[in-house]
Order: sequence, then C-alpha cells, then structure tokens
Amino acid sequence: MIRLKTLGLAALLAFGAASAARAQEVKTPERQSWTFAGPFGHFDQAQLQRGFEVFRTVCANCHSANLLAFRNLSQPGGPSFSESQVKALAAEYTVHDGPGDDGAMFDRPGRPADHWVPTYANPEAAKATLGAAPPDMSVLAKARGYETPLWRSLIDVFTQYQEAGADYIYSLVALGYSDKKDPNHNDYFPVAGNHIAMPKPLSDKQVDYADGTPPTVDNYARDVTAFLTWVAEPKLEERKKTGLRATIFLLIFAGLMYFTKKRVWADAH
Amino acid sequence: MSGPSTYQPKSALGRWFEARLPIGGLVHSSFVAYPTPRNLNYWWTFGAILSFMLGAQIVTGIVLAMHYTPHVDYAFNSVETIMRDVNWGWFMRYAHANGASMFFIAVYIHMFRGLYYGSYKAPREVLWILGVIIYLLMMATGFMGYVLPWGQMSFWGAKVITNLFSAIPLVGNSVTTWLWGGYAVDNPTLNRFYSLHYLLPFMIAGVVVLHVWALHVVGQNNPDGIDVKNVEKDTVAFTPYATIKDSFAVVVFLIFYAWFVFFTPNYLGEPDNYIQANPLATPAHIVPEWYYLPFYAILRAIPDKLIGVCALFGAIIVLAFLPWLDTSRVRSGKYRPIFKVCFWLFVLSCLGLGWLGAQEPSGGYVIAARLLALYYFGFFLVLLPILGLVETPRTPPASIAEAVLRGKTATIDQH
Repeated sequence: MIRLKTLGLAALLAFGAASAARAQEVKTPERQSWTFAGPFGHFDQAQLQRGFEVFRTVCANCHSANLLAFRNLSQPGGPSFSESQVKALAAEYTVHDGPGDDGAMFDRPGRPADHWVPTYANPEAAKATLGAAPPDMSVLAKARGYETPLWRSLIDVFTQYQEAGADYIYSLVALGYSDKKDPNHNDYFPVAGNHIAMPKPLSDKQVDYADGTPPTVDNYARDVTAFLTWVAEPKLEERKKTGLRATIFLLIFAGLMYFTKKRVWADAH
Repeated sequence: MSGPSTYQPKSALGRWFEARLPIGGLVHSSFVAYPTPRNLNYWWTFGAILSFMLGAQIVTGIVLAMHYTPHVDYAFNSVETIMRDVNWGWFMRYAHANGASMFFIAVYIHMFRGLYYGSYKAPREVLWILGVIIYLLMMATGFMGYVLPWGQMSFWGAKVITNLFSAIPLVGNSVTTWLWGGYAVDNPTLNRFYSLHYLLPFMIAGVVVLHVWALHVVGQNNPDGIDVKNVEKDTVAFTPYATIKDSFAVVVFLIFYAWFVFFTPNYLGEPDNYIQANPLATPAHIVPEWYYLPFYAILRAIPDKLIGVCALFGAIIVLAFLPWLDTSRVRSGKYRPIFKVCFWLFVLSCLGLGWLGAQEPSGGYVIAARLLALYYFGFFLVLLPILGLVETPRTPPASIAEAVLRGKTATIDQH
C-alpha cells in the first residue's frame, strides 16, 4: 500500500515536472520528410555514411551504441561500407579482451565482429566525467517520441507514421538550442523544465563531408538522425520490402478465396 | 466432438485404424459434417481467426524462446539481438508483439458479437464461461509477455499490477512478496513470468478445446438467435461452407495484421519500452498495453485502492454471470429495440474508458471515467435484468430458413 502510494507520488512528481516544463512550452517536433518513411521506405546510403561520420566524430565522444557491431556497417540495407573499410575502421579501435592463456586481460586492435567501442567503459564512468550519463544510442530512435492527440494517432496508423523518434532527435539537435544565454536550454526536451544535460552538440563546419554536401548543422542533424534510425532498425528495408510482397500476395490470395467462397455458397441458397 | 460418428474411412487401412482409434471420426464430426446455421454473418468468423492467432502466437513464441535470455541483465539486449542477428528474428519478434494486439482485437470483437446476439444464453452458459476463462488467461499471458523485454514499461507495469495484490487486507504485502519472489520486481519475478508466459498459452489451448467441444454439443448461435429446427433446411455442413468462409476471413485479417507487423510495428507500443528497465527512474507516465486500458481506467476512477482493485476484477468477473443477469427470453439483440441502444452505448463506454485509461488521472478525466464505469456496471447489473422484463421484443422469424429467405427478399426489394 505504502509502496504504491510512493510510486504514485513519484509518478505525480515526474508529471508535475513535466507540466512545469509544459508551462515553459515544450515544442512538438515538426514532422520531417525522411527517405525511410512509408511503405516504400529505404535508407539513403550516402546519407548513412555521412551520418556515421557525424556519429563517430561527435556523438560517440560521449554516447555508446552497444548493440552496433562494426560488421553491421558493411551489411546490406545500411551504410554499406566495403568489408575492407570496416576492417580498417575496426582496427583503429582498441578492444579490451581476455583473459588470455596467461590469465591476464589484454588490449588488441578491433575486428569487424566486435561491437562499437564506447568512450566510457560504463554509464557510471560517463556520469563521473560528464555530470550525467548520456543514453546509449543503439535503439534511441525507437525509444523517443512525443505525445500526439487521439485524432492524429488515428490518422498516423493509415499514413504509417513511425518516425516520431527521428523527428524528435532531429528537432532537438538542429532546432532546440534557441536560448543564446543558456547552452543547456532545449525547446524540445520534455523534462526538467527544458534543461538538457547535453550542451549544443553541433556547429557548422564541425565535420568534414567528403561528398560535397554543405557542412551545416541542419545537414549534420538530418544525416545523423537517419544513421541512428538505421542503428535502431537495421532490418527496416528488408522488413518493408518483405511487407510489400506479403501484402500483394495476401491481397491476391484474399481475392481468390472470396470468389471460391462465392462459388461454394452459390448452391446453398 | 459430439457423440459417436457415422464416419466410414474409404481405405482399408483407414478402417483398420478407425476401429482402434476413431480420430478420423472425431475430426469428421467436428470439422466436416458439423452442421452450422445458414444465416451466420462474418462476425462469426472470429472464432477461426482466434484459433489462427493462438497458433501463430505459439509458433512465433516458441522460436523467440529459443533465442531469449530471461535475466534482468540480458533480457533487453537479447530481444534486440533477436531483431538484429537471428534469421527472420525481426519478423518473429514483431509478429509476436503485434500478434498479441491482434489476438485481443479479435477476442474483443468475438465477445461483443456474443453479447449482441445473446450467445451466452441457455443452453450456452458453460460455453460462455469457458470463453471468460480463456479471456482471463489471455490477460495474464499478455501481461507477463509484456514484462519479458524488460523495458521501462515492462518493469513499471509489472510493479503497478503486482502491487494491486497488496490491497488485499492483512496478507496483501505477503502475497506481493510471494509473487515477486523477493522484496522488489527483480530477476526471480522475470524468471517466473517467463516460465508462466510459456505455460499459459497451452492452458489456453486446453480450454479452447473445451470451448469448441461445448460449442459442438449445443450448436452455434446465429444472428437471429433462434434454434435449428430442421437440420436439412436450417444448416449447411461445416466443410466446405464454414471452412471456406472462415479461411477467407482469416486471410483478410492477415492483411490487417501484416500492416502492423511490416509497416507500423511500434505503433501499438510505447517508446519507453525501448529503454532498458531502471528501478531508480520512474517514467513520467506509466500506461499498460492498450487492451487493459478500460480496466485500468476503472481502477483509477475509484479513490480507494481496495475497492478500485475489486472493481477492476469485478469488471471481468461480472461477465461470467451474464447468462443469469440477462432476463430476456429473446436471444438476439436484433429483435430488441431498447437493448440495441444500450448495447451500443456500452461499446462506446468501453472505448471511452480505454481512451481515459491512457490519460492522466486528474480533474475531468476522473469524473468521466467514473460516469463510464458506472454505465459499465449498470449495463450488466441494472439494465440487462430489467430490460428483459420491460422491453417488448419484435418477433424473430419462425425458423433459420425463413430468416435467410426474409433477408433475401429484403435485398431484392431494395434493388
């Protein structure tokens, strides 16, 4: 009984904080146009490669992505780096492994089968240095969203809107830091009165783009959001392609079944 | 499943086997020769759809269980690993998670159909109660399944629901500790939920067999709610008539299911459940899965915890008494003008409660939830007993054959 009351109180306090934030106006993300939206959704390889560059040089300085393996970067439906590129990339990182035959832990160069090597060994270490533990980015694009009114949700199921997380991340990073005086103010951050522990992470010309895409915050944010969506849903392309085939098959099958049913029942009346 | 069969296998081997184990006769009498009323509409195909969904959940579930790790440190990542590294794992996981929702959509339609057409009335009381038991088992299975990915909603949902039992006077806290296997929702809780989540579907399958057995003893109800008088004129054989109609409906339902699995797999879920469970961080807004929301709204509408929990369970238990609460002599709602209005208001009140279950329990929302909860119980405990006594129903057709003919002339007249 007491436990539930505390629980309710905690929820209430959290909600109180959220409503206080609402008083300061939490902005609802604007819906962006993404290549991976809708029934024919697919990733733009060049965009994922650029997004990876932003992730590697900016985000990964603080954030981990424990479910991402180097080998994923060369798999179909992703940024599709070549296997040799991935091998070279993995080798740039040092992996703490072991114990070896002598019973001691050792360091070795990374291999494609290794998972992404985080800057901080664990969330506690990150918190000790940064003041707050940055969330792991493996499924971040699926773990974020924003509230929509009922009527909008009902439309969303028909338009197949699944990009709430992407719209939120893009808005937060590209548009949210509107207060020149407070680097930790973000219009889209829903808790703690718009106060986000992460100061504005991106600025123009921060990352070099090899393909001539203008090096702007807006492009960085878009590209890294696409990349994070792929990290969260590496099978998205396969899923949607299979879905189209399955749906076409089922529609034809249903048609055949309907006419068979009619034929069978014709003599029953 | 209804008594001895006249089935005669064609081959000598078949006859030899049939004399020793008459399984062919059982199948023949249950799914081939079994007479089904001619006038069934498409709402009657949801039984087949539900059987399909149970099968689909068991098959996808068994495959997922081969790759899942029921441990607080590994569960979250093992589910994500299934989606990434297991062949077709993304499909199995999304099909299973959305399959639960599809199962509940189908069961709610199936239940409302039974309610509208009076399918719970004599002689189908036992059939109906078996259905209520299946529904209860489904709720338990769905709840425990939602805990397994060990996300934030899994953990906090488990905490809120298991905490309901602490409302029981005197022994409440001991019961909760016993359910948890400790003093908090932790690894023992996850382990037992996994074990039970694997067990309960097979119990559901067992009760489904009883449900189908009871159905085949008393025969199906039908939209006109009248008994079969002449098997020749009023019914058609299950195969091919019902078989083909049910199969068509299953395929149409699959198109709907596929939409969610392939294109909007996370639409019915909560983004928070993609954050690993953290006992130290309470989510701002704890919501159960959509199919529990009406009951969650009833729970929160009542300020006293014990009464709230009683109302929550009472809202489900009351269904078991439905055959005796409804006093009407006419079965089908089609011929009951006042009941019809009350029924649709009841459907709206359930949808309204569902919406309210997802809102913050404050101000106008609580008042609305109280009013709708009052109607929910009033429908069963006041309206159904009284309506049967005061309402003047229209006269149903004398026979199913006549009902079918009447329907036909009606369509011809319209043209």
